[in-house]
Amino acid sequence: MNAFELSAVSYTYPGSEEPALRGLSFEIAQGEFVVLAGGSAAGKSTLLGVASGLVPHFHGGRFDGHAEICGMSLREHGPAALAAAVGTLFQDPETQVVMGTVRAELAFPLENRGHSAVAVARGVEEVALALGIEALLERSTVDLSGGERQRVALGAALAGRPRLLVLDEPTSQLDPVAGDELLGLLRRLNEEWGTTILLAEHRLERCLAAADRVIALDAGEVACDAAPGGFLAWAHEHAGALETPGATLVAGLGLAPSPVGVKQARATLRAAGLLPERQEPAQPDRAPAWWRRPRAQAPQLRLRHVWHELSDGPAILAGVSLSVAAGERVVLLGRNGAGKSTLLRHAAGLLEPTRGRIDRAGPVALLLQNPGDYFIHDRVGDELDAAALERAGLAALADRHPRDCSGGERQRLALAIVTAGRSPAVLCLDEPTRGMGRADKALLAGELIDFSERDVAVVVATHDPEFAAAFATRAVLLAEGRVLADASPAELLSGGWYFATETARILGGHLGILTPAQALAELAAPSAVEHSPR
Amino acid sequence: MTYLRRASPLHAARAGVGAAYCAALVIAALVVANPLVLAVLAVALLAAGAGAGVASRVARSLYLSLPMAALIVLVNALVARNGLTVIARLGDAGPLGQLDVTLEAVAYGAKQALVLVVIVAAAALGSAAVNPDELLRSMRRLTLRSALTATIATRMIPLLALDARRIGEAQRCRPDPGGRIAVMRAVTANALDRSLDVAATLEVRGYGSARRPRRAPAPWSRHDLAFALAAAAIAAAPFALPAAFSFYPSIHGSVGARAWLLAGVLAFAVLAPFAQRRGIAR
Repeated sequence: MNAFELSAVSYTYPGSEEPALRGLSFEIAQGEFVVLAGGSAAGKSTLLGVASGLVPHFHGGRFDGHAEICGMSLREHGPAALAAAVGTLFQDPETQVVMGTVRAELAFPLENRGHSAVAVARGVEEVALALGIEALLERSTVDLSGGERQRVALGAALAGRPRLLVLDEPTSQLDPVAGDELLGLLRRLNEEWGTTILLAEHRLERCLAAADRVIALDAGEVACDAAPGGFLAWAHEHAGALETPGATLVAGLGLAPSPVGVKQARATLRAAGLLPERQEPAQPDRAPAWWRRPRAQAPQLRLRHVWHELSDGPAILAGVSLSVAAGERVVLLGRNGAGKSTLLRHAAGLLEPTRGRIDRAGPVALLLQNPGDYFIHDRVGDELDAAALERAGLAALADRHPRDCSGGERQRLALAIVTAGRSPAVLCLDEPTRGMGRADKALLAGELIDFSERDVAVVVATHDPEFAAAFATRAVLLAEGRVLADASPAELLSGGWYFATETARILGGHLGILTPAQALAELAAPSAVEHSPR
Repeated sequence: MTYLRRASPLHAARAGVGAAYCAALVIAALVVANPLVLAVLAVALLAAGAGAGVASRVARSLYLSLPMAALIVLVNALVARNGLTVIARLGDAGPLGQLDVTLEAVAYGAKQALVLVVIVAAAALGSAAVNPDELLRSMRRLTLRSALTATIATRMIPLLALDARRIGEAQRCRPDPGGRIAVMRAVTANALDRSLDVAATLEVRGYGSARRPRRAPAPWSRHDLAFALAAAAIAAAPFALPAAFSFYPSIHGSVGARAWLLAGVLAFAVLAPFAQRRGIAR
């Protein structure tokens, strides 16, 4: 029996004319780890909805073809019945935790199935131990961090030991540490429990190494169905936006096979004699002697010993000092709860420091994490005037409801709203790439560079090192409300394990190379590995 | 008002017993007419809040109930006409007639305000120290869907409050912040989206096929027994040891031995279960 089987499945959402899925036919065997790839609106979430029974039973719409999940026909079984065999984890941890305590949350699916009290208690203990969340059992779900909440939601999905686990971008709201921990867990569940995994993820470089197979969707159709190596070879030819940085690097050097992870990429480079034997770290930027320094410009944004202390609580910011000059592009890195969002709120004046001082050279535009929060009209065209829409490249969407736009379009619209009719001195963005495909990220990076070229200081908090490497001129690492490091992206993003690009991890931080383009320029040159540090 | 996890005897007691203990305090407040006993009950409740590690929550509830308590005293003083001891003549008040403030009306209003304060404090103690999930789970055997709906509603309240704050912040970031109605619409639309997400989560957790949970007998802990006995004593004491007190037409009542006996019994019943500190960490 297959875990998931589709035969000529097409599906159209209610009120829509275009099908979201078109004639899909494939099978996923028990125990497979399958990654779903594709750009925005490719049909990944809809396909996951079919696997969990939400499509069509919850969403409605027109469904054609035949789908069988763990031996149950989708026509005869809704999500509640399928829940006995399928565990589902969505993107947003906030809405997936419905009970007040972790123990109650893990017990909820088991109780719904009418298990005995003993079976519920045992199931809760086992899943908590398996996921390493036993210390959280009595905690209130309100007090959990984003990463903890996502682990608890995964625990609830796993509590009944499902045969198929369906996950829709589960790491998109997590920092790299929590994201890697979650993916490690999935790998262990797949290998040790034999759980079939169906995972939709934009950051493919994080999960391909664990996958047995990749199904790429394009406009609701299967564009590629192959092993990870075969998928990367296909992506190199047909869908560059889906190619991982490691694969881009290896293909750019004319080598094969396309690597599915850092280990394989290193092996390929080593075999070709291109992997540096001794990694030379990036050289820290040295400030010129004082008599050679240009006359300092007044910074656009200056935080002086800024504290944010909660009454009856901890200090979220602990004496942060930071100056950002016109045209600088600063990336703020750090774990969930490091103080990045709070720092941006202070910069924009949404919060007042409990101690310290903030000077701004002009208006500060702030784009918070959820672009949907900025929309108050039913038409995109009512949110902005025609000229501003044109400048943002959204004129074609004027009659669409903002909530019906793709993630990238919503982000562009919100960015246009916060900068409309004024020239900000500082532009701050909080996690702008959540749920975005690589193509949308490249567009956004280009827009930020455009802003900085107009002398706007750009400050972005992100968990995405690849995006940081694409746009930043300076990187600041925060932890526990303090600035731990303030350096060039080459220095900061090449030296670590978590806050590092895939290219940097492949090359071991050699010369502070962060992107495949930089690596190709260095490695493709003769006697590449003997280059002196920059 | 949310549940606070603490290591305390009340938190260690099963939710049904904790709720019964708080309900008994409310019953006592409604039955007792003697202001001295009520005052002792209020002080004992504050001490119970401290024993449960939620003193600040209970104290804050008292602070929040004070305006309503003051209003009760004021309205009763102006409206009640039953007292004999006039302490202020406010003259003719048009359609309300002659306004005379009596000592009895003020005293009765103060007693009713004290009842309100005790009820609010008991509710605050219950919401902070009785696990709502556990309580609702035990209710699910009686009324499955209603208990689940109540569970989800309690979870959605803080979630929607956070959403409203977030949307408010986003609107402050717009160069042209939307008017109140536009923001309300955005918050409402967001709440509907949230509800759909939560509904989808409930579906995939098997809520649609939820069955009545089986009985889960658990041994009674020393804290279960202590608070159950205390609840019974608190609810029964005002009937067993009446300390009569009447306000109209003139103040008559005991502030002597009977009242002190009832006050002492109630204070002991309220606080005695907190003396046992074994096995309170969860």
